[in-house]
Amino acid sequence: MLTEGNTWFNMANPRPDQILKALPYAHPFLLVDEITEVDDDHIIGFYRLREDEYFYKGHFPGNPVTPGVILTEIAAQIGLVSFGIYFEMTKENQTVKNVVPLFSSADVDFFKPVYPGEKVMVTAKKEYFRFNKLKCAVEMTNEGGDVVLKGSISGMIAGKNE
Amino acid sequence: MTREALLEKVKEIIKPYVGDGEAFDNLTEASDLINDLKINSAHVVDIVLDIESEFDIMIDDDAINDMTTVASSIDLIQSKME
Repeated sequence: MLTEGNTWFNMANPRPDQILKALPYAHPFLLVDEITEVDDDHIIGFYRLREDEYFYKGHFPGNPVTPGVILTEIAAQIGLVSFGIYFEMTKENQTVKNVVPLFSSADVDFFKPVYPGEKVMVTAKKEYFRFNKLKCAVEMTNEGGDVVLKGSISGMIAGKNE
Repeated sequence: MTREALLEKVKEIIKPYVGDGEAFDNLTEASDLINDLKINSAHVVDIVLDIESEFDIMIDDDAINDMTTVASSIDLIQSKME
């Protein structure tokens, strides 16, 4: 057994679907559909903005556009939390329970609007992972390959080790 | 390197991460990084990495927990440089 709710056991090469299952989010704040690549240096994941996302009602009425803070959150759920879970899973001799991801810094620029129905790709490259802090250079692109977000994000993973 | 010189170097390293400017002006060796200087705990990691490259030392996972104040940071650097 590899995962049981929010608990997992360490493994040498976690698969993307195992990482997805371990994400601690739920609707309407789970903002990762797919992880397609992950290794010690980088991760790639996707999310498609649904036409009925709750935030479009207010941002903006009659003119829905994805808030920058949501784009940043998508980047963080893939580039910090999914990637961080990968590193936690590959640590030896550990069972991790009740993961609490802590978003500590973001310094990002936005380049293009993202509208309802668009699918974005997030690529995060590790700058370092030490003392449980993960810092990544992150880039988000739309289906046309245009960069919509670029910058630096970091966070920490607090997990109760058994 | 004298302790005074180390203190100056450490101050230079932590300055960009200090959230409270007035506390930085009043910094002493007794200042607590998180409680007095209002440095977020994730930035303590950045300070450790900057200290490692500045002094060409390695700080391990256990040692970081002892680094609570300016004084204990200097102590740690001194012990690693010996």
